[in-house]
Amino acid sequence: MTWEVVIGLETHAQLSTASKIFSGAATAFGAAPNTPASAVDIALPGVLPVLNKGAVERAIRFGLAVGATINTLSVFARKNYFYPDLPKGYQISQFEIPVVNGGEIAIVSPTRGEIRVRLTRAHLEEDAGKSLHEDYHGMTGIDLNRAGTPLLEIVSEPDMRSSDEAVAYAKSLHELVRWIEICDGNMQEGSFRCDANVSIRRPGEPLGTRCEIKTLNSFRFLQQAIDFEVRRQIAVIEDGGTIVQETRLYDPDRNQTRSMRSKEDAQDYRYFPDPDLPPLAIDRGWIERVRRDMPELAPMRRLRFSATSREHLVELVKGGAGVDLSEMSDQVYEESNPALQASGQRPTHGLTLADASALVQDRATADYFESTVAGGADAKAAANWVLGEVAAALNRAGIGIAAAPVSPAALAGLLARIADGTISGKIAKEIFDAMWASGARGARDADAIIDAKGLRQISDEGAIERLVDEVIAGNAGIVAEFRAGREKAFNSLVGKVMAASRGKANPGQVNAILRRKLG
Amino acid sequence: MTLTLDQVRRIAHLARIEIDASEADAVHAKLESIFEMINRLQAVDTQGVVPMSHAQDVSLPMREDAVSETDRRADYQRVAPAVEDGLYLVPRVVE
Repeated sequence: MTWEVVIGLETHAQLSTASKIFSGAATAFGAAPNTPASAVDIALPGVLPVLNKGAVERAIRFGLAVGATINTLSVFARKNYFYPDLPKGYQISQFEIPVVNGGEIAIVSPTRGEIRVRLTRAHLEEDAGKSLHEDYHGMTGIDLNRAGTPLLEIVSEPDMRSSDEAVAYAKSLHELVRWIEICDGNMQEGSFRCDANVSIRRPGEPLGTRCEIKTLNSFRFLQQAIDFEVRRQIAVIEDGGTIVQETRLYDPDRNQTRSMRSKEDAQDYRYFPDPDLPPLAIDRGWIERVRRDMPELAPMRRLRFSATSREHLVELVKGGAGVDLSEMSDQVYEESNPALQASGQRPTHGLTLADASALVQDRATADYFESTVAGGADAKAAANWVLGEVAAALNRAGIGIAAAPVSPAALAGLLARIADGTISGKIAKEIFDAMWASGARGARDADAIIDAKGLRQISDEGAIERLVDEVIAGNAGIVAEFRAGREKAFNSLVGKVMAASRGKANPGQVNAILRRKLG
Repeated sequence: MTLTLDQVRRIAHLARIEIDASEADAVHAKLESIFEMINRLQAVDTQGVVPMSHAQDVSLPMREDAVSETDRRADYQRVAPAVEDGLYLVPRVVE
């Protein structure tokens, strides 16, 4: 009999504000210990927290992006526990009424196809400081730089059924928080970290006892930790044991999870509303302003890239809504969906879904592609180049597309010369490499290189004929082979003509002229 | 709701308040009287009333997201019992 794995994730996304959630200290990573740690962050007596509007705004943006409810009134609570890197003796968090309730994230499961992972909630809270357990004369060192950094804790329902699905969800969430620019997503620096709640059960039975694996800061560790934990739980139960609800730590060096020091009082945080902070009120007008400023999201953009017209886009979005909308007219549906209305104003590109998906992997790539098209390039050609040559060059250079030395306008300028037959695709790659090496920002940069290197494609009938005549005259043996019926010999002659033109002859014309002369 | 003496000791421990046996009895009695009051409040019908999370009917003021604090580590650490390499030193925490 098989086991069913049940996983829910709690994700801490560090919000990309300049200052901390309750103080005016900087959030910058890597500062000298305790320098961006103000009186509020180190909890001097008598200080009071003042909420950062930028943190709330990012939470609203997240809520809107996942189709959640933004609570117009939410409450900050104290989560009480004693640890030296939490100098107040409590963490300011949200408990009974978080800022965001509900919402969902769509993922593609390798076994179940497209599924929607429901979100329970997302709440604002402050991060704690850092304890350094290296030996300071038998004492522990405390760095409070991170104390008070704003976090959005995003809690999913236990909707995932495999470590693959958990990773797909985490990646999708990671992509989203960067897309809407609320978190830099830097996992090494701890800006995005997951806790996994894992349990197993026989299919159809109630939920089993869960264990929580803390602070997984890479997708690989997330997968490995869940896989180990599932094997461990199965072994315990099949040996006749029972799972104890506990918090576990993943050790990547040993690839196993182990129980954290079991504290009898661990789960009793005695939450209560923080008397220093009255309820957080978010008015409808603010939510609407944030909604207006929302970027077009990846799923919508993907459909727009693949749609052939505005009407087609409406059809695609309506068809993928996850509910039966056949009774509703396309026009009414479009009017009911502000995000779709906004996207309908933008151009469609008629790409394959595979290309569209690849281009919306991140916002910068999607922007780069659209700027190239806006520069006059054909959408399919632009997609091929962005996903092909540009991606390969970025890979080699180890940089992101935002830092690409060839601008979209410059790429569009190059593609225009392929389209009008000035250069062949092969020569274009050579020019692209030259543009990449020297840096190219302008639409005319490709032309300058074509002229400077004399790479203009030879399309002059007479010129090509002369080259063909020379090759035929100088390669009597190959010509004879061709006449004897060896088709391969023809390709060899084409190659020689191309070489004689130093790659510049129009290959189509060379073929035709050679065929005619040999015929 | 009534409170046991064990619960009183546990709450004291969670709050890191040291109380001896006689103090525990006294605290127990005081807490019991508070719970009696709460029990009386529980009798009020609050159906449909939004729970109050703050004593004052005000909403939370907010500030714009801007860095306004400068580095005052030297001042703050002057009163700390032990510091080194810019860190506050505390009795060892065993994980």
